Amino acid sequence: MAIPDTPSTTSRQPVLSLRGISKNFGAVSALTDVDLDINAGEIVALVGDNGAGKSTLVKILAGAHMPSSGSITFDGQPVTLANPAAALKLGIATVFQDLALCENLDVVANIFLGRELHPLRLDEVSMEVRAWTLLNELSARIPSVREPVASLSGGQRQTVAIARSLLMEPRVILLDEPTAALGVAQTAEVLNLIERVRDRGLGVVMISHNMEDVRAVADRIVVLRLGRNNGIFLPGASNQELVTAITGADDNAVSRRGKRTAEAKAEGERP
Amino acid sequence: MTTASDRNPGALLDRSDERLKDRSGAKGAIKGFLDRVRSGDLGSLPVVVGLVLICTIFQTLNPVFLSPNNLVNLLFDCSTVGIISLGIVCVLMVGEIDLSVGSVSGLSSALLGVLWVQWGWPVALAIVTAMAVGFVTGCVYAFLLNRLGMPSFVSTLSGLLAFLGLQLYILGPTGSINLPYDSPLVNFGQLLVMPHWVSYTLAVAPGVLALVLGYRKAQRRQAAGLSSRSFGGLLLQAVAITLALELVAYYLNLSRGVPWMFALFVGLVVAMNYALKRTQWGRSMTAVGGNREAARRAGINVRLIYTSAFALCATLAATGGLLSAARLATASQQAGTGDVNLNAIAAAVIGGTSLFGGRGSAYSALLGIIVIQSIASGLTLLDLSSSLRYMITGCVLAIAVIVDSLARRSRVSHGRA
Repeated sequence: MAIPDTPSTTSRQPVLSLRGISKNFGAVSALTDVDLDINAGEIVALVGDNGAGKSTLVKILAGAHMPSSGSITFDGQPVTLANPAAALKLGIATVFQDLALCENLDVVANIFLGRELHPLRLDEVSMEVRAWTLLNELSARIPSVREPVASLSGGQRQTVAIARSLLMEPRVILLDEPTAALGVAQTAEVLNLIERVRDRGLGVVMISHNMEDVRAVADRIVVLRLGRNNGIFLPGASNQELVTAITGADDNAVSRRGKRTAEAKAEGERP
Repeated sequence: MTTASDRNPGALLDRSDERLKDRSGAKGAIKGFLDRVRSGDLGSLPVVVGLVLICTIFQTLNPVFLSPNNLVNLLFDCSTVGIISLGIVCVLMVGEIDLSVGSVSGLSSALLGVLWVQWGWPVALAIVTAMAVGFVTGCVYAFLLNRLGMPSFVSTLSGLLAFLGLQLYILGPTGSINLPYDSPLVNFGQLLVMPHWVSYTLAVAPGVLALVLGYRKAQRRQAAGLSSRSFGGLLLQAVAITLALELVAYYLNLSRGVPWMFALFVGLVVAMNYALKRTQWGRSMTAVGGNREAARRAGINVRLIYTSAFALCATLAATGGLLSAARLATASQQAGTGDVNLNAIAAAVIGGTSLFGGRGSAYSALLGIIVIQSIASGLTLLDLSSSLRYMITGCVLAIAVIVDSLARRSRVSHGRA
């Protein structure tokens, strides 16, 4: 089920494209020769075991780390992401796992934090209208934008964090574990939200440990293993294929369970 | 899934969610207020309750307490420590503390005495120099915090001692310098009150402003499809504010009148309130006090915000010191010592500014200092010794902090952190 490294959509030019990215921390190479393409209107899931290099890759995209070698092109132009501000200016927004919201401020203040309209005489009406427009476009369920963020649920906070990153009209948005620590309903809410972000024409990169979530929304699943590309899968790929690619072992709990199910099925079919 | 279907069609943009309780009208406003109080968002309620209690107790013990004469004196006394307390609000907003405001105010009054009276500098230059020294002090605290990671608790505690020493050093062996009685500065601190017509005119201003600005805001919100306050409600509020202020002005005018020094203090409070609530700087202060890391990631210059908070606090402390020197017509070794420090901090906390950062308002300095000075004035009228005064003020501060931390716990459990 693995598809070739070049995505099926070669006719479209990817918004963001990484070629041969390596990153060394001293003697340890966290990433070796990694390629990644992100198209507009596409959700790319980045999966891998702990230490596979997912976070390092996202930090390179967010401008927090510089790659040791390799090239990054944005809209076909080679770029260097020297710092987070440079990445943000290009249109790459990042929502980190700890959402970094101010719980004592309301939703509007959090969405506009650091980017307030009219610094010397805050334009609360325009900011509130813009916040509502943004949240309604995402069909987000926030009862009131004038309540402090402390009163919101985990899913709603994720929504606020994503809405905040959309304020700058980015082209690509990076989500680090957006559904970690969320309940069933909230996870569904956030996954819906991620699809709507994609439907706005953004390229979405989503790191996740949860294969169910990944398969629910991803258009492509990129597997990293020990800092290298280890296959690109379509969401239809079986759990076993993915786990094999992630762990690199054919013989593991998931594959054994798969085998057992297959045997049981075969026995059941026997007359 | 949420779609247009479960949003009431035609509803206001911010009132369309079905889960939102209706809080419009007078009944809704009262219910909303009770909800807020129950969840620990007390605002200025404890102050109002405290003031009523204090007034009742002292008035029954000594009928002079609420006399216009005593209240005018009270307002003179409020202004000096109140301005120091306004600075404390700034540092508390970012979740820090300045324990040296008393010493800084004492140092600045000593500087005023030495530069103006002993060295013969022009008074304006002496004032500016003393305030500049305060400003630099604040910048040094911020530098110690930003660059050397020294907690403000420790740096300002050492500042408390160091600046007290400096104050004693520059005052020299005589220990106190009398300021000229007939100078405008001393007049300002002891005598100058508004002419009656000015006080009545100024008392109208807040109500009119609240009405005009509130109405313009309501119109803008209406045009933008947001919920807005009714004109009737705004008018009622404006009339209530105006009546209350006119009554206060009338009562004070029965005696000497409204002190200009108190007007300066209130003016600073209003300006600070605007800066904290309606500017990007104020929003950044609140954000840094609430979640420093989030503020940093939002691109806020956290170090600059800390510097502005400490510098403002120490400058205001110096200003308060100058005014208290004017009030006492002397720059002495006792200036800024004793309970000045704690009164300033207690006033901010009693008024509702949280010790834990990220919550507060400039008005808490005004309300808090009125409570503190009322207690001090009441106890003085009862001829109690300073030993008892200290103990009672200490207890009031303890109660205020307990109310603050209990309210905070309740806010956390009600999702209002």
